[in-house]
Amino acid sequence: MPKLELRMSEAAILEASVVYRRDGFVLEAEFSLHAPWTVLFGASGAGKTTLLRILAGLMQPANGTVRLGSRLLLETNQGVAVAPGQRRIGFVMQQAALFPHLTARENIAFGLHRWARYERGSRAEEMLRLFEIERLAERRPRQLSGGERQRVALAQALAPKPQLMLLDEPFNALDVANRAAMIGKLRETGVPVLYVSHDLGDAWQVNADAMLLEDGRITARGEAQSILAKQREQVLRQLGIPTQAADRLRSTHP
Amino acid sequence: MDLQALSVTLRLAAITTAILLVVGIPLAFWIVSTRSRLRAVIEAVTTLPILLPPTVLGFYLLVLLGARTAVGRVWIHLTGHPLAFTFAGLVIGSAIYSLPFAVQPLVAGFSAVDVSLIEQARLLGAGRWRLLRSVLLPLSARSIGAAALLCFTHTVGEFGVVLMVGGDIPGATRTLSIAIYDQVQDFAYGAANRTALVLVGIAVTSLILLYAWRGAYPHAKAGASHE
Repeated sequence: MPKLELRMSEAAILEASVVYRRDGFVLEAEFSLHAPWTVLFGASGAGKTTLLRILAGLMQPANGTVRLGSRLLLETNQGVAVAPGQRRIGFVMQQAALFPHLTARENIAFGLHRWARYERGSRAEEMLRLFEIERLAERRPRQLSGGERQRVALAQALAPKPQLMLLDEPFNALDVANRAAMIGKLRETGVPVLYVSHDLGDAWQVNADAMLLEDGRITARGEAQSILAKQREQVLRQLGIPTQAADRLRSTHP
Repeated sequence: MDLQALSVTLRLAAITTAILLVVGIPLAFWIVSTRSRLRAVIEAVTTLPILLPPTVLGFYLLVLLGARTAVGRVWIHLTGHPLAFTFAGLVIGSAIYSLPFAVQPLVAGFSAVDVSLIEQARLLGAGRWRLLRSVLLPLSARSIGAAALLCFTHTVGEFGVVLMVGGDIPGATRTLSIAIYDQVQDFAYGAANRTALVLVGIAVTSLILLYAWRGAYPHAKAGASHE
C-alpha cells in the first residue's frame, strides 16, 4: 500500500489524498480545493461519485487523508474516520434522497435536530425563502416535481451550515434556466462547492476551478475555462463549429 | 363456547405480541445493520421455532423453566412456584415460539428501505437510535403491522408449546386450541366446531387485514389500463 504524503497549505478549503480499490477499479487522487467553486469533471465511470462518497464519509478508502479547513476528517494510518454526520459536509446526490414520510419543511430541518427549537424553525424558513419554495413547505416529496425535489434537497443539505457542499450532478433533470438559478442561489450562500459533472455545458463556468478526473486519476487542475478548453474544442469540432484553436492547429499542421 | 379459554387466548396473544414488538424491533435492526459474523447464527436461532416441532420446543422450555436449571430455581426462589404451568410461563413459551413471525417481517421491512435514505440520514447527523426512530420505523409501518398481526394470530392458534409448557388449567393456561382438544376428547363435537369456527374467523380476518393493508400490487394499475 503506497504511503501518501499530503501537502498541507493553510489557504486550502479541503485537502485530500485517497487511494481506493475495488473490482479492478483504482482511484488515486490527491488534490486541494482553494476556489469557492470547483468543478470535478470526468467521463462516466472515471470515479467522480466514488471520490465524493469518500469525502463525505460514506465510503472508506484503503489509504488516505482528508482535511477540511483545520479539521482532520480521515487519516487511515492513525485510524481517524469522522462519521459522515460530523464532517460538516453537505451532499446532494443525482436523485434527491428526501424522506417520503416528511414534509419539505421537515426534510429541511432533519439535520438540525441538535439545534434549539426556535433556531431550527427559523433556519428552515430561511432555507425555504432562499430556494423560493415557501409554498411547498407542507408538501411531501411525492407531491413535488423533479426540480422542486432538488431545491428541497439543496435546502436540506445547506440547512446545517456545512463548511463544504458536494454536488453529484444534482441538476441533470433541470432545464438550463433552472440549473443556472440553482447555481446562482448556491453561489449566493458563499459555501464552497465541489461540483461533479460530466456535462461540459455545466462545467464551463466563469470564476471556477476545475479538476479533470480520468480513469481514477486527477490529470489536470486549474481555472475551469483553461482546463476544459480541450474538451470544449472537441465538442465544438464534433458539432462542426470552427474554433480558434482548431483553426490554429490546422494552420500549423496542414 | 369456553369464554374463559377465549379470554386467556386473547390476553396471551396480546401480551405476546407486545413483547415481541419490543424485542423484535431492536433485534431486526441489529440484524440489518450489523457486519458481525454472529448475524447468521442469530438469524438461524430466531428462525428455528418455525422448523422445530412445537413439542420439542415445549419440552426444552419445560426443562428450562423447571427446577432442573438455574433459571428455573431462581424463579422458584423468588416466587415460590415454578414458571411451568403458569400464565407467565405460557407467555415466555409463546414469545419464543412466535419470535420468527415478528423478526422476519421486520427484517424484510427494514431491508426494503432505500439505502440512499439511510445514507442521507447519516449525512445529516442521525445516529443509530434516530435512524431507527425517524426513518426506519415510519417507513416500515406496514411491516410492523404485519409482524403484529402474524404474532397475534400465530399465538392464538398455537397448541404444542401451550400444552407442554402450560398444561390445561382452566382460567390460567387453557387456550382455545386446548379447549378444542378437550371438547373432542369428550365427544362434544358441536362445541368443538364452535370453538374451531372462532379460531378460523380470527385467522381469516387477520389475513384479510394483512393483505388489504399491503395495498395493490404494482402491476394492478398497468393491468387495469388494458381493460
